[in-house]
Amino acid sequence: MSFRYSARRLRAQRLRATPNASRAVSTPWPCRGVASTANAEKVLFPGALNSEFTNTLSFLRPSKSKDAIPTYRCLNQYGDIIDESVGADTTDEEALQLYKNMVTLSIMDLLMFEAQRQGRLSFYMVSAGEEGISIGSASALHPSDVIFTQYRESGVYLQRGFTLAQFMNQLFANSSDHGLGRNMPVHYGSKELNIHTISSTLATQIPHAAGAAYALKLQNQGTVGRIGAPASGEQEVERVAVCFFGEGAASEGDFHSALNIAATRQVPCIFICRNNGYAISTPTSDQYRGDGIASRGAGYGIDTLRVDGNDIFAVRRAVKEARRLALEDGGRPVLVECMAYRVGHHSTSDDSFAYRARVEVEDWKRRDNPLTRLRKWLEGRALWDDAREKELRAGTRKDVLRAFETAEKQKKPNIKNAFTDVWEGVTEEQRAHVAEMADILKRYPKEYDLDGHEGGAGGLDELLQKK
Amino acid sequence: MAAKTPSMRALSRYLLRPQASLHPTRPSKPHSKQYSAAAAGARLNVPLEYDSTPLLNHTSKSALANPELPEHIRKGQTKRINLYTAVNEALRYALQTDERVLVFGEDIQFGGVFRCTMNLAADFGTDRVFNTPLSEQGLVGFAIGAAAEGLRPVAEVQFADYVFPAFDQIHNEAAKYRYRSGSTGVHCGGLTIRMPSGSVGHGALYHTQSPEALFTHTPGLRVVVPRSPVQAKGLLLSSIRAADPVIFMEPKILYRAAVEQVPVDAYYLPLDKAEVLKTGKDVTIVSYGTPLYTCSAAIAAAEKDFGCSVELIDLRTIYPWDRETVLSSVKKTGRAIVVHESMMNAGVGAEVAATIQEQAFLRLEAPVKRVAGWATHTGLVFEKIIIPDVTRVYDAIKKTIDY
Repeated sequence: MSFRYSARRLRAQRLRATPNASRAVSTPWPCRGVASTANAEKVLFPGALNSEFTNTLSFLRPSKSKDAIPTYRCLNQYGDIIDESVGADTTDEEALQLYKNMVTLSIMDLLMFEAQRQGRLSFYMVSAGEEGISIGSASALHPSDVIFTQYRESGVYLQRGFTLAQFMNQLFANSSDHGLGRNMPVHYGSKELNIHTISSTLATQIPHAAGAAYALKLQNQGTVGRIGAPASGEQEVERVAVCFFGEGAASEGDFHSALNIAATRQVPCIFICRNNGYAISTPTSDQYRGDGIASRGAGYGIDTLRVDGNDIFAVRRAVKEARRLALEDGGRPVLVECMAYRVGHHSTSDDSFAYRARVEVEDWKRRDNPLTRLRKWLEGRALWDDAREKELRAGTRKDVLRAFETAEKQKKPNIKNAFTDVWEGVTEEQRAHVAEMADILKRYPKEYDLDGHEGGAGGLDELLQKK
Repeated sequence: MAAKTPSMRALSRYLLRPQASLHPTRPSKPHSKQYSAAAAGARLNVPLEYDSTPLLNHTSKSALANPELPEHIRKGQTKRINLYTAVNEALRYALQTDERVLVFGEDIQFGGVFRCTMNLAADFGTDRVFNTPLSEQGLVGFAIGAAAEGLRPVAEVQFADYVFPAFDQIHNEAAKYRYRSGSTGVHCGGLTIRMPSGSVGHGALYHTQSPEALFTHTPGLRVVVPRSPVQAKGLLLSSIRAADPVIFMEPKILYRAAVEQVPVDAYYLPLDKAEVLKTGKDVTIVSYGTPLYTCSAAIAAAEKDFGCSVELIDLRTIYPWDRETVLSSVKKTGRAIVVHESMMNAGVGAEVAATIQEQAFLRLEAPVKRVAGWATHTGLVFEKIIIPDVTRVYDAIKKTIDY
């Protein structure tokens, strides 16, 4: 952009003339306007202050490095704690609840996938293989932390208290749906649970999380009063923003710009990447050539960890520690890459056996998955057995189906919701459109089936009356 | 050596001659002879006279006569300032009165490349007024997130020409946030995105664009273009206060050129009303931003030459726009012309013309004429024949009246 050079030059002059104290305080890496002296050991270029001179011509070649970033875990595949001094870092009741939530999620997924196949839902996406990531990380956060998700994090909602009824209302887009029937299935959102509504556009939520984290930072500092009172009984705590995304979404420009701005503004934000090996049909080998997503963190100056996503205890410990780091010294971003395998199809619109072998999927299901690993640990501590498993599964199945049937029977939202909430109020232009649509509905009643909607074809009347 | 010295001097003398500066941060005369000199013998396409145009308030009295201003403002003081200073004053007032307001963008902290954010970082601290990395999608996405958590960010895109990396964030996210959040009630309405736009005489392909029509095709956004310092201050304050995301496009050629008396205290102008700048009975001209000055000059010449009477309307808010004011004018005059800088096809003029055709069909005595940029890019030296000028508006009035 051609005019920028001038700005840079002027700024340097201004800085020299009037050193701005407040700027120096808030900038973690003050840009020094000092050229290197003749016999300086370090370069002192403003763009890389700690770079030392070298006489060796040697390119940094990650492709030649044999060492990938290690993957942190607490539990092995057999459900054994690896480091007894650390332990599971959880109480028995907590562990049981985590397990129950994982089972609930997997049963809901199974039933809803089937419901879509029967044509009772328009769309669905399962979390199979990634239940530990969403449930584990959500359990490590404070309920008032603000969360942004991609779409394969239903476990976050479940762990935070989103009810089966609320899931089903959204899936059926009925009149109780928080989204008022506007979004595709699986695009959940909840104000009470501090989770922003999902949008289909990939990675757009990543810079949102950085911006939200900046708002939280100002609130943590008391620069701005807390926006939205804490829920009743909830203690006011310092908050972080948390953002989930897949490894495919991390290829979007928004990922880059978000991590960069999060680092320059030092915001308390935890970026959690679910690296499950595939973005629809695209394997990671076509997605990137670096060492996963974690290797990028350092490039942005962000504290980073790679975690075994099938190990819910490892995810919990990682996110707990990430939260502590994120709030340290007023705030900083942290990146956590959770390794997993997408056991299910990408969505109900995808047949993944078109691009990967069935045996590969079966192998992952059998060899390692977050549910069985935790179950083995629970069984090892005599907290769980086949009878309880059977009872839990049967009970949950019933609960899901009951919620499903109730939601399916409920009416669709009032058709006025097609027009409201675009702007704060209904505009004159919209009012004209509503009037025209209402006229069409009146003169061609048989062409539209609106009886299933609350208020039927008369739903628009309310908008026409208000002026 | 001896021979070279005089020629070097001659060269530097030549280079030091006053000429238009490409440098937006340095005081320049946007209408210096270098790039907008009138052709020899030109009568219509002469440099615009901002010092005497009736569109600006040259006296305190005329500024305070504005019926849209509240009573206490109309009894108050005014001060002669240009458009960038008016923007600066609005930002300053917003920062002072609302702790939730943030101002950020590329090169904001030292005052901005157009000086709109001068002294704000020093006075309000770099927690609230700060530089962002050079990424439009990043800074707009960041602003949306901050707005969704209750702040009122005023993000700046350095030139409207560079808003496109953020188009996805604006169109798919900012505009749809409230709608998709449904009954949760979460929205990013505190968001305002400022961007300098429009022609500047020598901006070529990427310092000239007026992409407002792209945003008027997005439900959920408000698009505002001020024409003067008074408007810039009042409309920007309303935009920051509004509960909808606002795209605020500042005609950069007016930053220094448009100088007028502006009320010292803060005031708000409506975001859904057009302004009738001059009443007339034969033809209505609808425009916004810089071309209003072109229209005003063309009207003066046309009224003198043809003895006609032209009504001039400033749309101000391009979306949602004030259909009522435009239609009642056209129903009176029976003729309409729409003028804007950006390309004609699917521009704002297309929407205004189609609405007039639909709502005032029986009153029309001539086709609605659009005077707009041609279907091309603004090549550096061709701006003078691409951006609507006084001659083209003058001729449009002539043709519309003679139809």
